[in-house]
Amino acid sequence: MEAFGLLVHGFAVLLTWKTLVLMMVGLVLGIFVGVLPGLGGPNGVAILLPLTFTMDPTSAIVMLSCIYWGALFGGAITSILFNIPGEAWSVATTFDGYPMAQQGRAAEALTAAFTSSFVGSLVAVLLITFLAPMISSFALKFGPPEFFAVYLLTFCSFVGLGREAKHKTVISMSLGLLLAGVGMDTVSGQLRMTFGTAELLRGINFLVAVIGLFGISEILLTMEERLALRGHAASISLRVVLSVWKDLPKYWVTLLRSSFIGCWLGITPGGAIAASFMGYNLAKRFANDPESFGKGRIEGVFAPETAAHASGTAALLPMLALGIPGSGTAAILLGGLMVWGLNPGPLLFVEHKDFVWGLIASMYLGNVVGLMLVLTTVPIFASILRVPFAAVAPMIVVSCAIGAYAIQNAMFDIWLMLGFGVVGYVFKKIGIPLAPFTLALVLGNRAEDAFRLSMIGSGGDLKVFWSNGLVGSITTLAIVLLFWPLIDGLLSRAGSTQGAKPASP
Amino acid sequence: MNLLRPSQLMSQTDLEIVVEDPTAPEHDSPSVVSSGTVEIVVSLLLLALAATLGYDNWRTGISWDSTGPEPGYFPFYLSTILGGGSLYGLIVALLARRAASETFVTRAQARRVLAVFVPTLLFCLVTQFLGLYVASFLLIASFMRLVGKIALWKSLLTAFLFTAIMFVTFDIAFDVIMPKGPLEAAFGY
Repeated sequence: MEAFGLLVHGFAVLLTWKTLVLMMVGLVLGIFVGVLPGLGGPNGVAILLPLTFTMDPTSAIVMLSCIYWGALFGGAITSILFNIPGEAWSVATTFDGYPMAQQGRAAEALTAAFTSSFVGSLVAVLLITFLAPMISSFALKFGPPEFFAVYLLTFCSFVGLGREAKHKTVISMSLGLLLAGVGMDTVSGQLRMTFGTAELLRGINFLVAVIGLFGISEILLTMEERLALRGHAASISLRVVLSVWKDLPKYWVTLLRSSFIGCWLGITPGGAIAASFMGYNLAKRFANDPESFGKGRIEGVFAPETAAHASGTAALLPMLALGIPGSGTAAILLGGLMVWGLNPGPLLFVEHKDFVWGLIASMYLGNVVGLMLVLTTVPIFASILRVPFAAVAPMIVVSCAIGAYAIQNAMFDIWLMLGFGVVGYVFKKIGIPLAPFTLALVLGNRAEDAFRLSMIGSGGDLKVFWSNGLVGSITTLAIVLLFWPLIDGLLSRAGSTQGAKPASP
Repeated sequence: MNLLRPSQLMSQTDLEIVVEDPTAPEHDSPSVVSSGTVEIVVSLLLLALAATLGYDNWRTGISWDSTGPEPGYFPFYLSTILGGGSLYGLIVALLARRAASETFVTRAQARRVLAVFVPTLLFCLVTQFLGLYVASFLLIASFMRLVGKIALWKSLLTAFLFTAIMFVTFDIAFDVIMPKGPLEAAFGY
């Protein structure tokens, strides 16, 4: 029960007026980000990151993680009222949420969505509270070979388990790892891949790349589509909220099932998108009358929302415990840690107790405050969509530029951002996934350092990755996951030959 | 399925939010370039990048010395992987018949995308010489007016307010200093 005492301490760190105000600001900004087209969780957090540069790390992470919660809440609003998923993980919410809104039950659907989001994150936060300290204290025994093995596992599972064409994931990942190496080599001090330009000496900043890849490219993609929308304005009355909450215990199986799916997929790099669909499909399969799904059934809102939020929150567990983010947004928060001078990894729990437990406490508090905020302010946020995109788009561009410039005070970074915007646009359209690139770019240097330190220790012998039971099993698991599609194919040879078809997002 | 039946419309007491998009790209617009072609071009570019970076790393040193692997070792093998991946992608794209006919972007879509991209490019250029805030004002005002066809006074007012809020938030409240030009200098910033 040591965790409990530390958590109480975390709340004590948090309960100051300043942090509470920052929390509210973060949530409001986050809901904005979630509602607006052309802005999503990852780029919202990346753009707003510069605001936190001058804050102390605890306030900064509280504000940023609240932006994240807010974005998760915000995605549901547009899905239900306008049939436009603000985020990819809210697509499944539209299946039953929008029909409910059409039947005049928008308030009910919104309450269901927000409540289940809350339940999902709560389960995941409980998991983080008790599991993260254990994993991190276990990981304290890790040496460089173990760390490299864990990085390898992360990368391999992306390739093996991802739904995109394998070679595209490999391209995206190796490109990210390569670009991470640009600039001064941390071990030898030698310059690499700079081609004599002074601008590349600093290296390619991870956050600049993210702002371009997700921010600028998203605007280009949004413009391609028809931006007309029609939807329902809804306000939520206390009566509706209470009636939905009263029925909540009836759906405990759905909520619990989706929470578990979400937690599992959040920790492994499967992501909130997969979790929301899986939650929805399983709820449908186990229902007595599956055909009633898609026509405005409240369980069809509960299931995907719970799973998406559990997954989005659980993605922070490996980031806190091991320094390996489980999602794109978690990767950006990790980038933030480095900007504030904290070294992500298991030592965080030892060296920065205030910070870690402040963050975990803010997950509890942020979700409670977020739930209340979003229940009371839905009409305001829904009406943001009235603002024409021609006004929103240039503002997002300016915000992106501010974010990119502020990181290193370099004009070059604004140009780099623009370049990454074009790259992101093209990559998304031809199905090269961006998440592996992001992860590789943020982890690249650390993975390389771990590899080189292990090699130095072993005198260049690759057998170091099988030198003891722990590192050996992680490395073996990584290789199994890398070739999982092949192994899976061999195991079920009798099955049909489908599944090799590349899926484009 | 998304159509509202009249009876439901009647019972709908809530106000509807309706936003029109008059300049939306038409669905029957002709294709500018196919996905297959773009994939081939991207694969070739990535292949060239892999070769360039691979060469640079080879020059830096990809072997082992007394202290362990040389700086180019790790990235050299990564560029090999990148090269292999893009070569594979190139072959797949060349062989695929179906993807070759898939549309990458239609003419109407390309026009809309360029309508954002070109102003963004100009914005970056103006930022370089006149500072970010002037560029921001110009971008928002002109984009709203010319692309969005929004009334001039609304465009100017929005642009001014947004830029002012950004200036106060970043440069003054949070001490995050943005690039500035002659205009800010005239006011003493």
